[in-house]
Amino acid sequence: MGKHPKNYFPKKYFLIFLLPTLVAFAVSFVIPFLLGIYLSFTEFTTVTNGRWVGIQNYIYAFSEGRGFIDALLFTVRFTIVSTVTVNVIAFFLALALTRGKRGTNFFRTVFFMPNLIGGIVLGYIWQLIINGVLSYFGVDITYSAEYGFWGLIILTNWQLIGYMMVIYIAGINNIPDEIVEAAKIDGASPIGMLRYITIPTVMPSVTICLFLTITNSFKMFDQNLALTGGAPGRESSMLALDIYKTFYGRVGEEGVGQAKAVVFSVIVALIAFLQLRLTDRNKKDGKKK
Amino acid sequence: MTVKLKKTVLNILFYTVVTMLAAVFIAPIIIVLYNSFKGRLYISSSPFSLPGAESFLGIQNYITGINRTGFFKAFGYSLFITVASVFVIVLFCSMAAWYLVRQRGKLTNGIYYAFIFSMIVPFQMVMFTMSKVANIISLDNPLGIVVIYLGFGSGLSVFMFYGFAKSIPMEIEEAATIDGCGPVSMFFKVILPMLRPMATTVAILNAMWIWNDYLLPYLVIGNNYRTIPIAVQYLEGGYGSRDIGALMALLVISIIPIIVFYLVSQKQIIKGVAAGAVKG
Repeated sequence: MGKHPKNYFPKKYFLIFLLPTLVAFAVSFVIPFLLGIYLSFTEFTTVTNGRWVGIQNYIYAFSEGRGFIDALLFTVRFTIVSTVTVNVIAFFLALALTRGKRGTNFFRTVFFMPNLIGGIVLGYIWQLIINGVLSYFGVDITYSAEYGFWGLIILTNWQLIGYMMVIYIAGINNIPDEIVEAAKIDGASPIGMLRYITIPTVMPSVTICLFLTITNSFKMFDQNLALTGGAPGRESSMLALDIYKTFYGRVGEEGVGQAKAVVFSVIVALIAFLQLRLTDRNKKDGKKK
Repeated sequence: MTVKLKKTVLNILFYTVVTMLAAVFIAPIIIVLYNSFKGRLYISSSPFSLPGAESFLGIQNYITGINRTGFFKAFGYSLFITVASVFVIVLFCSMAAWYLVRQRGKLTNGIYYAFIFSMIVPFQMVMFTMSKVANIISLDNPLGIVVIYLGFGSGLSVFMFYGFAKSIPMEIEEAATIDGCGPVSMFFKVILPMLRPMATTVAILNAMWIWNDYLLPYLVIGNNYRTIPIAVQYLEGGYGSRDIGALMALLVISIIPIIVFYLVSQKQIIKGVAAGAVKG
């Protein structure tokens, strides 16, 4: 470290190597991001006609009847349920598929496949299935927000179980054979093996999978739009869909939409920060041993 | 004997449970597939029954779906945008990452952290302002959107290349310099070949994202150019009567390219996705 020559590159190479990415990054992210923060404190219809209104948009966003609080609660509940179900099922599937049985590769291929299908297509596939089942009861998925909620849970499980399973499998395969052998010689029971060997060693995978499921669920948009479109009313809207509808649903509410988006970003950033802290701690614990 | 018996029972249990689960995973796609050959009234009234003499419609749904949405054009746009964006992302982000690794300073560190920060920010934060900016500077066409994908893809991609490029020993580059390699030829002849495993991962992750992306292309170019996800949503959310038969057909032809791609390169895909998750 610090060994490199100070001017490793002549300055003009800055242009070739960094500039293309940097320009694209500035245009599509940095400028819109900063502009977005500013505009959340204004009333605007295009990005150039903002009129300063202070924190009024934020007050609107959180007042009753604006849908934001409802969408937030719906999203949090959805995230908790989907994170638990996806990870429990994926973990046990990974355990079952790492015992060297014949045909496991085929099953892995099948379980992972839904992950590659886009959210819009996924939404319509499940709309057909769920409406088909509900039609026996004379209703459809837009009848109640509860149906939309559980529909989204089923869809998310179908989509993410294979993905998480692949990460758990990688984690389980990383357990050194010697440890497993030693435990067997010591007469460890299958449950004891799970409790004292498998779970502690795949803990890093668990952290990764938990946060992947949490952020995926929390930011879900396409699936929500295609499966229920927020119906009935806006009752099954998650945060991302609620923000989208605020922006494009009614002219004059763009500022409120932007304020909601800022709050949304802060929440997502807090989750990411928490993950960073946890992963760091895991690493340090690992080093101590 | 009892041990053997126990093993057999466990085996039967394993295969029953896993096979049933696999059936549950495949069933939705099969159901959509056979419904795509049924008349639309039969799809809504009895979605789970197989097409019969009355309900069978041949490929009529496919013709309607393709004509109404201009599916082949949509396929072309999706393909062009995905391939061009992935190429540009892999090339420019690996260059940027290598530069940032070798040119450590306050400014370059700051830029690196800005890239990482952008990974966290949800799309809704910038969707409105970004689509307006894209419109103002005329990036609202299939070529311009490639620039936007480079910008949005750069966070994860630079981060992944950066981690990998850090592990390239300086000695190799010093040797190449002594042999008279300039930075540009060094990058293409020495660095890029070493980054190749990571480039595959970055390419797969970005291809999956861009191919399936709906909201970004919808907001930026959706009025004039429909990609496949936009075409599907257009058919359903657009004006006019709802044609669930055409929708089924469109779902089938949108899934086919993905399944073909998956079956051809599933090893790389699964490896890439697992590696990407561990890094991110």
